[in-house]
Amino acid sequence: MKSSDRREITIIDYGAGNLRSVANAVIKLGYEPVVTGNPDKVLAARIVILPGVGAAADTVHSLRELGMEAVIRRLVREKRPLLAICVGLQVMLSETEEGGRHPCFGIVPGRVKRLPEGQKVPHMGWNQVKQRTSHPIFQGIPDEANFYFAHSYYADPSDTSAVAGTTDCGASICSVLIKDNLVATQFHPEKSGDYGLRIYTNFLRLAEQSQPERRTRQ
Amino acid sequence: MLTKRIIPCLDVTQGRVVKGTSFTNLRDAGDPVELADFYYREGADELVFLDIGATPEGRGTMVDIVERCSEQVFIPLSVGGGIRSAGDMRRMLEAGADKITINTAAVNSPELISQGAVRFGAQCIVVAIDTRRQVDGDEPGWEVLTHGGRKPTGIDAVWWASESVRLGAGELLLTSWDADGQRTGYDLELTRTISRTVTVPVIASGGAGSLEHLYQALVTGQADAVLAASIFHYGTYSIRQAKEYLASRGIAIRIQGEDQ
Repeated sequence: MKSSDRREITIIDYGAGNLRSVANAVIKLGYEPVVTGNPDKVLAARIVILPGVGAAADTVHSLRELGMEAVIRRLVREKRPLLAICVGLQVMLSETEEGGRHPCFGIVPGRVKRLPEGQKVPHMGWNQVKQRTSHPIFQGIPDEANFYFAHSYYADPSDTSAVAGTTDCGASICSVLIKDNLVATQFHPEKSGDYGLRIYTNFLRLAEQSQPERRTRQ
Repeated sequence: MLTKRIIPCLDVTQGRVVKGTSFTNLRDAGDPVELADFYYREGADELVFLDIGATPEGRGTMVDIVERCSEQVFIPLSVGGGIRSAGDMRRMLEAGADKITINTAAVNSPELISQGAVRFGAQCIVVAIDTRRQVDGDEPGWEVLTHGGRKPTGIDAVWWASESVRLGAGELLLTSWDADGQRTGYDLELTRTISRTVTVPVIASGGAGSLEHLYQALVTGQADAVLAASIFHYGTYSIRQAKEYLASRGIAIRIQGEDQ
């Protein structure tokens, strides 16, 4: 490994998503973003971010077209560090109701549903995340701190052991999902001020800590 | 619980903030990026850049401003003024904008709303509706204005609000041109009427002169967010003062420093 690779963070580019903001957050924390739609490069990366904006079914489709589905499955299976944002969280579930019923990756069982009526949709703005575990992703972040959300659908995992944070927006939704070294947030940490950047810092620290384990295993 | 948002608006022309500011602690108060960063640090929930010149050259300058701003400001950025095509939208989103505000172009070509919503997601398409009150019997009515408030269209604002949402708008930015610049408060009737009509969030704009006005827009007007320019630019109130005031009156607000 080249020494210059050590600060690289690979951001998956699938033709949508707020890549710029995610890349800017990574730069702010002293890392170097590598934006790529090449599955081999993602597979070879140390630390991966899956950004998300738009519809889950479209995102699943775009990722499949790129040959990225198998890569994402493998990253999760091998417990490699992956941060998934917004729709990036939603695609991890079994299926989505958005635009009809569409299968997603099924990495975490459960369904992506439309937010309930009787309130403004999209759920847009700053809302509190209730921490359901004392996971290190929350280090330095008080319980019920506010993060920025912008979405009309939400993840409802049937495996609640993966739910690390919840948010009340008409329904109590899963706002942080964790499975081994997959950390997924329904909110946009790159748009959530200091605490959002703190999520990135915590994720990157966890990712760094997981590296030696990975090398010995290989 | 979703908090109400406080959104400073920066009117920009040829790369400079138009309304003067009295912040003496800024090196250059006319630099939109520096002002945006200042508001970010003060705890603004979101920022709106409006290119009021809306010339082709201005658009290029705005791309540069958005790029530089998104490098240091980690809250949502909304950009409007002179955006006329899905290509214009993409350029701004790629530069780091999170939302695109369209106004005249949406009235002239409503399909632009749908195109934007389909390609980029409803959450990033904000339709800005400039209005003027009409007297027509006892019922209040509002007419849609375009071209920066200069051109009446004969279109009913409440109808246009619903239509915009039907076409895919994820949010509405309502401005009363009767109230704008008057500092006598938002048009609460307009805000409430449209907020009750549509299912998407509504941002109230035009007329803020005091913190009580912000409160009224959020409570009586049932707005989800309030936008203001001069009360913040001239330093009449800081973002923090506004937020502490609203929180003290029972509004759900994100206070930086307490929770973050």
